[in-house]
Amino acid sequence: MAEHNNRLMAARDLQMWFPVRRWGFIPAGAVRAVDGVSFELRRGEAVAVVGESGCGKSTLARTLLAIHTPTGGRITFEGRDMEQFTSREMRWYRRRVGYVQQDPYGALPPFMNVHRILREPLIVNGVRDRQEQEERIRDGLREVRLVPVEDFLDKFPHMLSGGQQQRLVIARAIILNPGLLIADEPVSMLDASVRVEILKLLRRIQDAHNLGVCYITHDLSTVRYFSHRIMVMYAGKLVEKAPVGGLLDDPCHPYTRALLRAIPDPEPENARTYRPVPGGEPPSLMNPPSGCRFHPRCEYAIAGLCEVEEPPHFVPRADHEVACWLFREE
Amino acid sequence: MRNLRTGLKELRHYPSAIVGLAFIATLVALALYAVIALPLDDAIRLWRAGEGIWEDTPRNASPVLLNWWPGNNHAETIVVRCSDEAATRSMERLSDDFAIIDISLPLEFTYDGFPDDVRVFLEADYEERRPHAALAWKTPDGREIELEERTLGERATYVVSGDRRLAERLGTEAHIGLFRQPDIEDDVPLKGRYELSVEGILFEPEGDVRVRLVSYGRVHGLAGTDHRRRDLTVALLWGAPVALAFGILAALGSTLTTLVIAAVGVWFGRWVDAVIQRLTELNAILPVLPLLVLIGTLYSRSIWVMLGVVIALGVFSLGIKVYRAMLLPVRNAPYIEAARAYGAGNFRIVFRYLIPRVIPVIVPQLVTLIPSYVFLEATLALLGLGDPLLPTWGKVLQDAFQQGALYKGYYYWVLGPALLLMFTGLGFAMVGFALDRIFNPRLREL
Amino acid sequence: MAENGRLRLKDLYLHYRSQKGPVQAVDGVSLHLERGRAVAVLGESGCGKSSLARAILRLLPRNVEYFGGEVWLDGRNVMELSEEKFRREVRWVRIALVAQAAMNALNPVVRVGKQVAEALRVHRQMTGKQVRRRVRDVFRQLEVPEDFIDSYPFELSGGMRQRAVIAMALAAGPRIVILDEPTSALDLLTQANIMNALKRIKEEQGTSFIFITHDVGTSSELADEVAVMYAGQVVEVGRADRFFPDPLHPYSRKLMASVPRLHGGGGLEFIPGQPPSLVDPPEGCRFMPRCQFSFEKCREAPPLFHTDDGRGVRCWLYEQGCEAGLAAQREPTAAVEPMDDTPPPEDA
Repeated sequence: MAEHNNRLMAARDLQMWFPVRRWGFIPAGAVRAVDGVSFELRRGEAVAVVGESGCGKSTLARTLLAIHTPTGGRITFEGRDMEQFTSREMRWYRRRVGYVQQDPYGALPPFMNVHRILREPLIVNGVRDRQEQEERIRDGLREVRLVPVEDFLDKFPHMLSGGQQQRLVIARAIILNPGLLIADEPVSMLDASVRVEILKLLRRIQDAHNLGVCYITHDLSTVRYFSHRIMVMYAGKLVEKAPVGGLLDDPCHPYTRALLRAIPDPEPENARTYRPVPGGEPPSLMNPPSGCRFHPRCEYAIAGLCEVEEPPHFVPRADHEVACWLFREE
Repeated sequence: MRNLRTGLKELRHYPSAIVGLAFIATLVALALYAVIALPLDDAIRLWRAGEGIWEDTPRNASPVLLNWWPGNNHAETIVVRCSDEAATRSMERLSDDFAIIDISLPLEFTYDGFPDDVRVFLEADYEERRPHAALAWKTPDGREIELEERTLGERATYVVSGDRRLAERLGTEAHIGLFRQPDIEDDVPLKGRYELSVEGILFEPEGDVRVRLVSYGRVHGLAGTDHRRRDLTVALLWGAPVALAFGILAALGSTLTTLVIAAVGVWFGRWVDAVIQRLTELNAILPVLPLLVLIGTLYSRSIWVMLGVVIALGVFSLGIKVYRAMLLPVRNAPYIEAARAYGAGNFRIVFRYLIPRVIPVIVPQLVTLIPSYVFLEATLALLGLGDPLLPTWGKVLQDAFQQGALYKGYYYWVLGPALLLMFTGLGFAMVGFALDRIFNPRLREL
Repeated sequence: MAENGRLRLKDLYLHYRSQKGPVQAVDGVSLHLERGRAVAVLGESGCGKSSLARAILRLLPRNVEYFGGEVWLDGRNVMELSEEKFRREVRWVRIALVAQAAMNALNPVVRVGKQVAEALRVHRQMTGKQVRRRVRDVFRQLEVPEDFIDSYPFELSGGMRQRAVIAMALAAGPRIVILDEPTSALDLLTQANIMNALKRIKEEQGTSFIFITHDVGTSSELADEVAVMYAGQVVEVGRADRFFPDPLHPYSRKLMASVPRLHGGGGLEFIPGQPPSLVDPPEGCRFMPRCQFSFEKCREAPPLFHTDDGRGVRCWLYEQGCEAGLAAQREPTAAVEPMDDTPPPEDA
């Protein structure tokens, strides 16, 4: 029972396919951006979804945000099934889930000032009392350290620096007191020195509000500083799920290993060595490879198995799942 | 992307915009003046040119501006009434039913050119027995020319240029002969104080005679007059509010509706968008001008009906395609996704998030669109589809066109409305282009 | 011949005109690049690093306020060449550029192979056959499958398009290639693959690279030398094997400390405040307002001090030499709030 109460969100076999039509009407297959994703998110837990661009991680984010309606599978949030949401429950859900985007400037309507930007979600969600609005706007700005608040209220997004814009985006995401924050590449457009600032801010807010965070990124190196667990996504599927330490220090899936090998820590030796990474390109999501989707690029691919049958999730260690035939129990 | 207000403030850095704004301000002032100084009903009444309204104005006179040119001193219109102070009037009642009335109307003539015509308007009060009057013309050098003797009706007009016998006596056209210096070959007007004397005989105790002398000028009013003696100032003045109202309402109406429809199509996509697109394409092949001609001919030529039709036809104009192209990238903007994520509804997204984003791009277009609708109204009028009542620039042009104004040398008739149309176009275009430069930084020269 | 393939920038300036005043995008930059070596120009957005690339190649926009300095290539100052001569003899032929986001600027209706060939035809007089062979060569060097030569840009993935853009720069066989954020929009694996290809080209053909990036990790992939730019100036320059383990300038140190490391690494730090405006940079040392070690002297603009091991650093702390400077920065300061690298507690 305690286990159940602790669960904030769960996805089961989540599927988000976008139909493709030729000439606008002849069906021509589908882009399988999210294809059978299952995971659980506990209260106050930060989970990172790591993958390359085009692996479907942003679609996953939008599906979790109910911007897309999933074509299959189910999402439950605080024990309620999203498919059966009434419009009232949907509004509740939207309050409970905050969204931080990649491009802070794009995420802010350029024609609204800071005050208006923060007021919008309040208005939309029925906070009509002016005084309460003011208080929450000010609290929000203070929380993301855009202080003194008065200096910022009348500013337009283009008057803010990139870091300040992203703080504002975060303030907007938390102003409705959500239980879950979905952060889609929140720092990838920022400069290195600002990046850390924003990550620290996110973490402080997560701690303060006991937020669940779904941190979507392509950058494994920031994950260690932010998340409890990592899910690695490749071509629409989760290939490995594990706690941060276990995954970074002892990755199982060949794709995860390749990813980790591809990250250059700033060492002068890098210039003298070649990175042992697989060539090739991520597969098309319209007709992904049969079997394991990574097998055409995988150096360990087992002929006659990997290209035929899709690997289920094996559990080589406690709390560590990997979808790779290398870990099948003999 | 800039804020609308700061953008508008930036206009002052563009000299062309300031000139344009000055033009627009002048037009607006003109329009306000027209509306206040000459109420609509009066304007319509004047323009309809009913009986007696334009008696005192010359036909096809040039604008007085012509006289501002050094060396020009064309005759202007002079009206002398018997009630004027300079006029003298004496009545000698000899018996109950016999009186002699002596009216003398002085006319100070100082021009280098002859008047266009001279008329004497006589009004008489009587019950049964009509008064009798004898008209005589005294020149500054003391000659006296007998004009006419006649029995008066309630109203009578003596047209000098129509007096054949007088013309014969003077040996030239009568209205010229009256003002001509005698004893020289050329027609040179004699300047000085002329006098029209009217000697009337009344046969009733209550009888009376009133006289008005009009010497029609070759120049009249700021804008000249047309073939129906109407002062064109009325039309040019009232053309301003009509043109501005038509242009602004049509531009606003068609732009806003088009924008909203485009935004709705873009936001909802799928079949909504498809239907809007097909309607737009269908609308694009509708010939607008013939349609307007048809409606004007068969239904109504009221400017407001035309305005309605223009806006209605503009609703699904090709502008939708342009706005759609602008809005499509906005549709996928992260901030709209964020708005959906915090629960903003479709209506709110379309009106609060989608449309405001392109307003700065639309405003310059809107401003440059205004004159094109003003021109459309003029075009319609030129085609004979002008509003039947309202005086507009287009209708002045139409009259000029029909009367062969340019052929006959009445350039002012065309130039007046044409210049006003041009200034309107120029004013809005200059402001519009400057706004375009401000809001579309790519156009700005660095 | 010692000068062959060597690039030296001396006091290069590029200021833009703007409504608020001149933008000092490149403000007295000096750099040396030996043949077959790579210098990484590191800096955050708006520090003028892309303008540096434009200044070297004289690809100037219209709003230039001031452009001057010396660019020595193969022993002559190419700044003295006429624009026509520069275009014919230097640009693309000796120094080529892979501009930022160039992969999105490919002509969408021309096959990529043809676009690479076009670059060749314009700059080198070659017959059709030679051109085709050359195009195939560069595509092979960059590990682009041959059948992609006849594809249109939209048929290619981002990685392939980026390779095509790099191929365009390499085709004419320049000695020096300027790479402006060549991999920042790409995936990790693709990025690693492209960096591998570039390393191979550097090694096998002796091509020199100026590698402009904001990504410290990626910069280490190619760099023999590192130049750190801040507010239009080079604040530190030196050999990569000295720089990465132990940067000198307070800004470089902070920058390095803000890089999250996959394997171990200490706490993360960030630099409070924002980079200065290039229109109105602070007097004296431009990093002073954000620097925790600033002192009286910093009100004066520091020169580039040279250390014994051939590094240069624009900071007054190093007036007395390298050791003194480093020692001064080891003093504990209160302003830092290091971030521990352990994950947040499970049940927060």
